[in-house]
Amino acid sequence: MTPFQLKIVTPDGLAFDGQAEELIVRTTSGDLGILAGHMDCVAPLGMGRATIVIAGKKRYAACIGGMLSVIGGHVNLVPTTFEWAEDIDVKRAEASYDRAKQTLENKQSTDTEIRLAEARLKRALVRKSIGVMK
Amino acid sequence: MAGVSSKEIKNRIRSMESTRQITKAMEMVAASKLRRAQSQVLSSRPYFETLHAAINEIVDTNRDFSSPYLTARPAKRIAYVVIAGDRGLAGGYNSNILKLCYSELEGKEVAVLPIGKKAADFFRGKDIPMLTENYCEAEKVSVGDCFSIAKTLCKAYLAGEYDEIRIGYTNFVSVLEQTPATLRMLPLLRQDTGKDARASDILYEPDSEQVFDAIIPEYVGGILYGALCESRAAEQAARRSAMDSATSNADDLIADLSLKFNRARQAAITQEITEIVAGS
Repeated sequence: MTPFQLKIVTPDGLAFDGQAEELIVRTTSGDLGILAGHMDCVAPLGMGRATIVIAGKKRYAACIGGMLSVIGGHVNLVPTTFEWAEDIDVKRAEASYDRAKQTLENKQSTDTEIRLAEARLKRALVRKSIGVMK
Repeated sequence: MAGVSSKEIKNRIRSMESTRQITKAMEMVAASKLRRAQSQVLSSRPYFETLHAAINEIVDTNRDFSSPYLTARPAKRIAYVVIAGDRGLAGGYNSNILKLCYSELEGKEVAVLPIGKKAADFFRGKDIPMLTENYCEAEKVSVGDCFSIAKTLCKAYLAGEYDEIRIGYTNFVSVLEQTPATLRMLPLLRQDTGKDARASDILYEPDSEQVFDAIIPEYVGGILYGALCESRAAEQAARRSAMDSATSNADDLIADLSLKFNRARQAAITQEITEIVAGS
């Protein structure tokens, strides 16, 4: 397959910069696949798995928040958090999941606490499901 | 030499030495913090730049819709995010950025969101209304905080509470140079570039308005975080060089005082000898 230029940058640094053949990301309106020669496009990212095919090999990552832009053949993925499956600490994600669940089940939690816990729960779920795919 | 007793000089030398120890220690602490902050700046810069470039590209080529984020309104009420330090003793770092921001917002109807205790103290002293003081400690503000600040600001902007959102921060140019700067975050205005005639054929998924509503707060958050990283590194760099010059000043003073002390001692000895010789 024809490769295209893909750049993935997060606030923590450059996660990937190079040639890729395929990119599938979860946007707010569902999964979106990008191949070489895709038309110019902009989409906000949701929470979910990103699949990237590099030199025929599939790599998975947890990709949360941010945006995707394809302009002039250059694909820029600018997520808030991006972790390759092999970098995910599943135990930590599970611990975070349990903590968030406790907060949600606790009747004394405040609204902000619940909102934060919900977000944490979603993130932990994404991480957990991708962390086991390495 | 006369008039200053050697004991007095000795006391001064001693106090100078302890001050020098403190400034030296502060310099080393700042240097190690600076290393960390510097690597953070370097790793967040590509994010900052890519985000900025992507948004500008969209804004410049956009022809088919108008979003409140993209249209300038007469700037009546301005929200100002000002990033300064938590502590003093950082040379001109705090006063430079605060002076610059104050000169810009003086006489206008503004609300300030201070980040950093020094910024909060400054604007409290000037009786300028503040949005929130929740983010007083610049050291403790995280990426998540930046995004929640951005969300609040964007909401207030859309609701028409503010017509413009600006940010004041310090650019970390190099270890020896930091420049305060201000930036307009919202609204995003099209730059007049030559490539104006290009038709917009960007596909917005699901549609342009929703894309903008989702992306702009992210963009503002990203810029905030980038500015915060820059400011933090600049603060440590400013403190390091201020403390460095304080230490070398102390060194000079100690050398000067030691010379005076030795002279005073020698003068006392000479006088004693003269007295003994004269007496015999």
